[in-house]
Amino acid sequence: MFELIFFSLLNGIVTGLLLFMLASGLTLIFSMMGVLNFAHASFYMLGAYVAYTISLYLGFWVALVVAPLLVGVMGAVVERYGLRHVHRWGHVAELIFTFGLAFLIEEIVQFIWGKDTKAFHEPEILQFPLFTFFGQNFPAYKAFMLLISIGIFIALLLVLTRSRIGLIIQAAITRPNMTAMLGHNVPLVFMGVFGMGCALAGLAGVIAGPALGTFPGMAVVLGSIVFVIVVVGGLGSLGGAFVASILIGLLQTFAIALDYSVNDLLTVFNITTDAEGALRDLWTLSLPQVAPILPYLLLVLILIFRPTGLFGKRES
Amino acid sequence: MSDIAKVQNAVMPASLLKRFGPWLFLAIGLMVLPLIFSSNLSVYTMNLMGIFIIFALSYNMLLGQSGMLSFGHAVYFGLGGFMSVHFMNYIEAEIFVVPIVIVPVFGGLIGLVFAVIVGSFSTRRSGTVFAMISLGIAELIAASSLIFVAFFGGEEGVSGDRTMGPEVLGMDFAQDIEVYSLIAFWAFVTIALMYLFSRTPMGRMANAVRDNPERIEFIGYSQRKVRFISFCASGFFAGIAGGLFAINFEIVTEENLNALTSGVVLLMAYIGGVGFFVGPIVGAVVFTLLQTLLSNYTEIWQMYVGVIFVLTVMYAPQGLTGLVAMHIPAFKMKRLGTLAAPYVRAGVPTLLLLSGIVGFLETIHHVRSAAVGETTMSLLTIEFDTHSATPWIIIAILVVVGGYLTKTQMPQLKEAWEGANAPMGSDEGGAS
Repeated sequence: MFELIFFSLLNGIVTGLLLFMLASGLTLIFSMMGVLNFAHASFYMLGAYVAYTISLYLGFWVALVVAPLLVGVMGAVVERYGLRHVHRWGHVAELIFTFGLAFLIEEIVQFIWGKDTKAFHEPEILQFPLFTFFGQNFPAYKAFMLLISIGIFIALLLVLTRSRIGLIIQAAITRPNMTAMLGHNVPLVFMGVFGMGCALAGLAGVIAGPALGTFPGMAVVLGSIVFVIVVVGGLGSLGGAFVASILIGLLQTFAIALDYSVNDLLTVFNITTDAEGALRDLWTLSLPQVAPILPYLLLVLILIFRPTGLFGKRES
Repeated sequence: MSDIAKVQNAVMPASLLKRFGPWLFLAIGLMVLPLIFSSNLSVYTMNLMGIFIIFALSYNMLLGQSGMLSFGHAVYFGLGGFMSVHFMNYIEAEIFVVPIVIVPVFGGLIGLVFAVIVGSFSTRRSGTVFAMISLGIAELIAASSLIFVAFFGGEEGVSGDRTMGPEVLGMDFAQDIEVYSLIAFWAFVTIALMYLFSRTPMGRMANAVRDNPERIEFIGYSQRKVRFISFCASGFFAGIAGGLFAINFEIVTEENLNALTSGVVLLMAYIGGVGFFVGPIVGAVVFTLLQTLLSNYTEIWQMYVGVIFVLTVMYAPQGLTGLVAMHIPAFKMKRLGTLAAPYVRAGVPTLLLLSGIVGFLETIHHVRSAAVGETTMSLLTIEFDTHSATPWIIIAILVVVGGYLTKTQMPQLKEAWEGANAPMGSDEGGAS
């Protein structure tokens, strides 16, 4: 039991920090533009695919640096020539635009790279078990993911709170007009933050590609989960996004690891169930089965009872 | 007195025609269409169109008329479909025998029931919060549908047989054309009902809530209640569309209520134009045509649909219907003719450019996906070798020449457009 908890905890934190890399960019972009970027996970997917192609020629380590930069540039272009143009039609149009973009990027990825899963592997230097605990291996690559995520988290924190750029970004978020009056190019700041958010998503894609698979559906798999995190944590709140990322990461890994069903619960109370009735699926419902639903259940409950999210200050 | 009577007599037939003309036209159109397009493929396409028209119109009750952006409308469509297919099975097992024509109503009712449940908490707010709740509910139901196998049938879905019920007007609905008449009947009824709904005081209040919710509250209405009623009505009609889907295909799967279907309906409504009642109808027709016809010619049709969608959002937020409606002022001032020549001058190079781009994409796609050694492909019945230089040169010429001419011709089109839309009596009007 202890080893199960230990490994679930580690895996949960790895997943959670990976999710935070996506969620941090998304929530920053939201607090600036008031738009939830549906295509955010698509940039994550682009990161994985671009890194795959680069790693074929130049190796994984070059891809790790170049792919996020390329994805960041793509994000900046989308902001400059797409989102800024749509902005005049209002928030709903912007939301629909990013939704269409997500659809389009998935099609473009299929057009360029095909529909099958790509053989994007971790570099050989990281293909060994880091340590063995109760006979279970912990791969070194996961530790590497953990390291990168923590590094990014600290860097982001320092840049936003300690540097001059971070100061201007925070000013542009809370008082865009005042910041513009003081002589800063606010649209450029917006473009930069959008690009940086996309670059972070791209980096998450590069390190997640070998671990979770590089396939055209990878954006959809993660996309709505990241949305859940941003909303649950509170729209626009970085701290909230961090807590929610870890929470969702742990929730998912623990739900998969603990194999209990409704039947087990009912036997505790000495209730027997009808194995043939129309509700038979309800009785055999097990925790791993409902694992994919839990984040959405959390989302709906949070939105009903606390629409500002855990740490958020505004509703929409 | 007599003068007024005379005027009324003169006006009445005209206004009657204006009022009922479109409906007469719709009814006759629905009856005549299968006579003109009688092949199996076209009947299949028209059936799908009818279903999507109802679905897209029900979606527009939310987005266009009440300002609620939903990412989970397929839930009500899919649930309606599942309920209807279960009812078809009850009919077959003679548990509950009704004519198959009635079945979509049960689909609509389950859509309504779920809309009442979900709407009771999701319509409290509009905007992003509503959109997020709809997304969460959609993912929740789609994921549950794979777990609750008894109702949703797991990954294979649930299938039924539409021919088992009592015959209606001598039809047992074995043929697609008989299903067409059923769908056409329901399409007419639901289009009329949804139109009438948008004309009721309730429908008008929904528009007001969309435009200025705060003011509605000051006048004394509850914006939440108005949104809730719109949401329920929308769920009901989506359920009917789902029921018709179940009858037409005799199978409903998880795919019919997942996020992709929700995306498709948003796409249809938006491409058609959410600001107009007929917009979603246009969108559904265009989308179905793209889906059934374009997919015969190209494997990458979904990418084209995606491009069209993104371009629509960027440059024509009023949709295709909005593009047509833009010409009404010029038409009323009888200046539409002055636009014809500029349109041709700008349109031909644009077509060249587009055909170049499409040719490029198709050829690339063929080179990458064709079997090894197979180098000939045909585009619009023109056969060519993808590994020779000629097609690439032609494509390059099309793109460069088309692109350059498009760019040079756009200013004159803009000028002509401004001239045609200049207010009557001003100096610019008509002169250019």
